[in-house]
Amino acid sequence: MDNIAIKLLFTLLGLFIVLNWGLIQAGIMNKIVARVGKRIGMPVYQPYFNLIKLYSKRTSITHGVMFYLGPLFRLSGGVGMFLFMPLIFGSEYWSNFSFAGDVVLILYFQFFGMLGMALGAGEGGHPYSAIGVSRGLSQWTTIELPLTLAIISIAIQYHSLSFTDIVAAQQGGITHWTMWTNPLATAAGMLAFLGTMGHSPFDLVKAPNEIPIGPPTEYHSTFLGVLRTNAAILHVVESVLFMNLFFGGATSWFELILKTFLIYFWSVFVGVVFPRFRIEQSVSWFLKVPLILGILAIIFI
Amino acid sequence: MAIEEQNKKNKFIDPDLEKREILSPDGEIIKIDPMKDYFCDAKPKVHEPANKVIEKFLNWSRANSLWVLAFGTGCGSIEIPSLMTSRFDANRFGVQMRPTPRQSSVFIISGYLAVKTLKRVIRSYEQMQEPRYVVALGSCTVNGGMYYDSYNTINRLDYYIPVDVYVAGCMPRPEAMLAGFNKLKERIKAGRAEGANEYAEKFDWYKANQKKIIKDWNMPDYNW
Amino acid sequence: MEQILQDIGKQFKITDIVKKRDNLNFITCEKEQTISLITYLRDIKGFSHFVLLSVVDWIEDGVFQLVYFLNNPDKKIDIGIRTMISRENATMTSAHHLWEQIATYQRELKEMYGIDFPGSPRVDESFILEGWDDIPPMRREFDTKKYSEENFFPREGRETNDPEEYMKKKLYPDEEK
Repeated sequence: MDNIAIKLLFTLLGLFIVLNWGLIQAGIMNKIVARVGKRIGMPVYQPYFNLIKLYSKRTSITHGVMFYLGPLFRLSGGVGMFLFMPLIFGSEYWSNFSFAGDVVLILYFQFFGMLGMALGAGEGGHPYSAIGVSRGLSQWTTIELPLTLAIISIAIQYHSLSFTDIVAAQQGGITHWTMWTNPLATAAGMLAFLGTMGHSPFDLVKAPNEIPIGPPTEYHSTFLGVLRTNAAILHVVESVLFMNLFFGGATSWFELILKTFLIYFWSVFVGVVFPRFRIEQSVSWFLKVPLILGILAIIFI
Repeated sequence: MAIEEQNKKNKFIDPDLEKREILSPDGEIIKIDPMKDYFCDAKPKVHEPANKVIEKFLNWSRANSLWVLAFGTGCGSIEIPSLMTSRFDANRFGVQMRPTPRQSSVFIISGYLAVKTLKRVIRSYEQMQEPRYVVALGSCTVNGGMYYDSYNTINRLDYYIPVDVYVAGCMPRPEAMLAGFNKLKERIKAGRAEGANEYAEKFDWYKANQKKIIKDWNMPDYNW
Repeated sequence: MEQILQDIGKQFKITDIVKKRDNLNFITCEKEQTISLITYLRDIKGFSHFVLLSVVDWIEDGVFQLVYFLNNPDKKIDIGIRTMISRENATMTSAHHLWEQIATYQRELKEMYGIDFPGSPRVDESFILEGWDDIPPMRREFDTKKYSEENFFPREGRETNDPEEYMKKKLYPDEEK
């Protein structure tokens, strides 16, 4: 496929599908969490209402240039991850702009949005934003350690830093998945995944009834709409990342949706069972079991 | 009388709003006047609703996504947490709690308002983004309730901020509050919940009423 | 308790003793002796816990009655020290040096009753009412209903019933009166 225009078109279409799947998924997960609490819960299509409402607010105020750029950085973090992530294995149309070294780039994009958010939230000037940002960055730093170790372990295993190669090596049944061939790296990665999704017990960055909503305290109307859009995209793309790394990728949209749902559900499942950690607990937790698993994954590869 | 003279002296001064000089990291001394530098006191503007068809669609989505800022002023603040429990489950109606005024669109005033609290209510109300709606709970916000003759609680909330829905009762049960939310939804869908514009239109009248009872007005006139 | 009261009587001029219970007594003393009496009770008689400082407005007699309430945690006895001060230019010696928290009570009394406590920390700052410019609201000559009607836009059509009369009428309509 040489024509860049067609490629771009398919990428945008993929982004649209991923956005919608992210919104529906968020609705389904809200419903599941509500049912665990014996509630009926919000309708599945509630995230759409929220988005339309946020974008249609009549006023918005700004605190400065970085306040504008914060959500944009966050969005470019999410969209950037999407752009370089091959969605469906073997399909020319849905592999986006993936290339030989995309694993490293995506690891970078994961952190990029976080930093942009930190700058924007700092400009907002609310003390809770600063608390939330400092917690978020310190927690993210410790999440990165087991995650990076797991990914290095996989890269050593498959002799590649390209998602397409990693997924290609896993084809041919469940016994070929990284989950089966490299369980230590999978364990470390999936524990780190709990942190990246920001669900309980690692949700104290946004801890809604402790520090009111954390970094986005001052964000409202369209700014918050952008953040919400990004969250929907990011949740799917994160799941796709872990799907590609550990669970054999996807060969069709149906497989992608099923696998991302199950991967996201893993973090929600843990979230409804365990209460929130304090920051020192979560930091030290990531530095214990997941980190040790990651180191073992490197040693015993 | 000596007492009155003394009372004039002891005006409440908010240390955050005083003029001050700050030494910057570069060693430069910066003068800060928080009233001018930190707040914008431009008057609110009337924001005309968009095209009728579009506005109807937007109002429909606004009505189904009520983000609530619950201001626990009085006894009603204990009724609000139970709204979210499995028994009443306000989430069914698209009602979600937001902890910050910036993000919320519905302002719940739960019960009697002391003058001191009213000041905070006005600040929070003005920080909310338009369109914004106000639900007032309890007879205290309607006509003062059992505190009608108190020297320190207001009688009618709608003289200070525009109110969309009153939920009467002392205190209203969570079921009554859910009914109030549904009433508010109808009102928004009908396009009648334009409290923010009303506030902007009759801004001077509202401000005069507010300043009549808040004697130490030490904040900007409009502080979003 | 009896022993303590006798000891106090020897050293201070006590005008009235009211015995509520075995472990709860109220004594009335003169304004000038109050602080030294409290100090005596705290340091020598073991009333180490300060419970509250309250005031009663006797407008007919033209006095405020201050009540210092002390507790002896070892013997589990309470004592209330009453003292009368004039309503005109009401001033009382500050007792914040005995217990720090008295300063807060005194600040509140200054605001609500206009009783001055010279030297008490932050006594002139407003406590609950921000920017109050009328006479202190808890004084009995202050007409709270009138103030409310003047300031808070009362809603028309409010009806008030005497509960006793109203329920009588509602439950026993046939009965006379």
